[in-house]
Amino acid sequence: MTEFFSAQGLSCIRQDRVLFEQLDLTLNSGELLQIQGKNGAGKSSLLRLLAGLSTPDDGTIYFQGQLIAECLEQYAASLCYIGHQSGIHEQLTAMENIAFWRAAYQLPYVDSMTLLGELGLAGLEDLPCHMLSAGQQRRVSLARLWLTNCPLWILDEPFTALDQSAIQRLQYRFRQHLAQGGAMIVTTHQPLSDGFSCLKTLELSYRW
Amino acid sequence: MFKWLHPLAKPEILYHFCGRLLPWLMGSAVLTLLFGNIWGLAFSPPDYQQFDTVRIIYIHVPSALLSMATYTIMAIAAFTALVWQIKVVQWAVLAIAPIGAVFTAIALLTGMAWGKPMWGTWWEWDARLTSELILLFLYLGVIALAGAFSDRQTGTKVACLLALVGFVNVPIIHFSVEWWNTLHQGASITKFDKPSVHPSMLWPLLISLLGFYLLMLALFCVRLRTAILQNEQHRPWVKSALGGQ
Amino acid sequence: MVSVFIRRELALLARQKADWLNPLLFFIIVLTLFPLGVGPEPNQLRIMAPGIVWIAALLSVLLASERLFRDDYRNGVIEQLVANRQALMPFVLAKIVTNWLSTGLPLVVISPVVAMLLGVEPAAFVAMMLTLLIGTPLLSILSVLGAAITMAADKGGILLALLILPLYIPLLIFASAAIEAAGMGLPYNGQLAILVAMLLLAFALVPLAIASALRINVS
Repeated sequence: MTEFFSAQGLSCIRQDRVLFEQLDLTLNSGELLQIQGKNGAGKSSLLRLLAGLSTPDDGTIYFQGQLIAECLEQYAASLCYIGHQSGIHEQLTAMENIAFWRAAYQLPYVDSMTLLGELGLAGLEDLPCHMLSAGQQRRVSLARLWLTNCPLWILDEPFTALDQSAIQRLQYRFRQHLAQGGAMIVTTHQPLSDGFSCLKTLELSYRW
Repeated sequence: MFKWLHPLAKPEILYHFCGRLLPWLMGSAVLTLLFGNIWGLAFSPPDYQQFDTVRIIYIHVPSALLSMATYTIMAIAAFTALVWQIKVVQWAVLAIAPIGAVFTAIALLTGMAWGKPMWGTWWEWDARLTSELILLFLYLGVIALAGAFSDRQTGTKVACLLALVGFVNVPIIHFSVEWWNTLHQGASITKFDKPSVHPSMLWPLLISLLGFYLLMLALFCVRLRTAILQNEQHRPWVKSALGGQ
Repeated sequence: MVSVFIRRELALLARQKADWLNPLLFFIIVLTLFPLGVGPEPNQLRIMAPGIVWIAALLSVLLASERLFRDDYRNGVIEQLVANRQALMPFVLAKIVTNWLSTGLPLVVISPVVAMLLGVEPAAFVAMMLTLLIGTPLLSILSVLGAAITMAADKGGILLALLILPLYIPLLIFASAAIEAAGMGLPYNGQLAILVAMLLLAFALVPLAIASALRINVS
């Protein structure tokens, strides 16, 4: 059986510094890969490589047995990538930001109000996002995870600025996604709570 | 041919290839330039209308032609670099841009120096001079853009894109400037219409042109080698290549 | 998808009025400076009017385009759109359309007042409206390209001008030639046809270059 997602011999050089070399990873459906490492170890760079945003200096990435360079459209359609920045515009309201991403991912219409209520943002839907706190902005950004049906999620520090209850809710959504046969790659400094049966970790060490 | 070109995409092999080519290019460039320019500047006959000022043609025309040829080479390299994502070709675009800019500047300055005795003014809004000036702006844009990014790789790629966009625009700009020029000042350029060149002037001109081409290629080799070393400075082969010398 | 994106851009413009009001004011102020600089002689102004109007238009559109992608780049919107791929081109088209609606269209609307200030004759005035109507979309396309190219650059503003102004030259030449011809009572459909041709060519090719510039800038 071909792996859902795999990478072999990845190398990344940024500004003449080798971030990582000869990195291999595999990910099957229903698995969560947690990438750990110190600040500056190259976690975000690795995620950007895996999301197809930049090309590795060396190595190959496969999606369902195909090189991602050869199935870019199909790969991008199966991927939900949320980077280090939130991807929400501060001048827009939570509703408008969610509508924007729903259109971008071509998702069917759902009632955003109930979703916002679920995320603990009820009553804030008409405020521009620069009036919200960092954690509330992060929730607006992550709202698309409740809408999307992409099988592969790549998330950069999703728990940043979230409070405990929001983290619990997000992890519940993670489990739901994995149970439906999805896969995800996450960087985080926080340990994930128990209950992830298919948890893999990858430690990136800081190199000079 | 691709089989022959393919190994050259490796920085190390290209570096040594350019190194082997360089002495030959430089040597023949110096010889042909000396030969063509001495013939042209000292021994070719003066023009019956322009007397000795015509001799600037042996610098002006080759550098003007080269300014455009270099832009074409740069644009082809930029296209190759963007489509096939070959790093050495991206570096080649940045290596060749300043050479083209200098040729353009030489063509402009000699054009002005020629214009003073011929037209009685340093600067005439002549179609060819104006296009050349805009070409210089396009070159400077590519060079400035490449230097404006903190991430060198991004800057290089964006400069490639701009070189390509500029190349699509060069004919449009040239055509519109020519049209604009004929619209505004009919007579002033016809008085300087190109006469057919006599063979006694044509041969030194062609040899000078060849010399300029060889010089451009030689300088390109030098700059490409430097760019390769800069971009690959942490690779082990660079240390051994430089340590050996 | 494009309509949702256009609505988003319009909502943003409604909230950041300076983004489109300032270039418009800039256009008017530059036009007032010219008579003060070259003298109020009506005949001279009438001769110079086509060039003045178009140079002011170029500069004000350039001014408006600088901030075009800044916020979306800083917030990571562009990065996530590039990862998504399918939404990138609609986003680019929405940016072009709203850039024209917010900077090009106001120039067309205000041009009657400008024509009055500079003493442009009625025949030339129609030509001015037409060239602005055809030319400003082309200006928008090229300035969106410039903004996309310099998005991640450290020093955007002046660099953008250096890159994009040479590309405006054909447009400047043909647009002011059309107005001039109209002022002399000559037919100018030739110039207009060339302007339309340039607009269509740019509309076919430049969005691809913009999308690829955005991709390079986030890589």
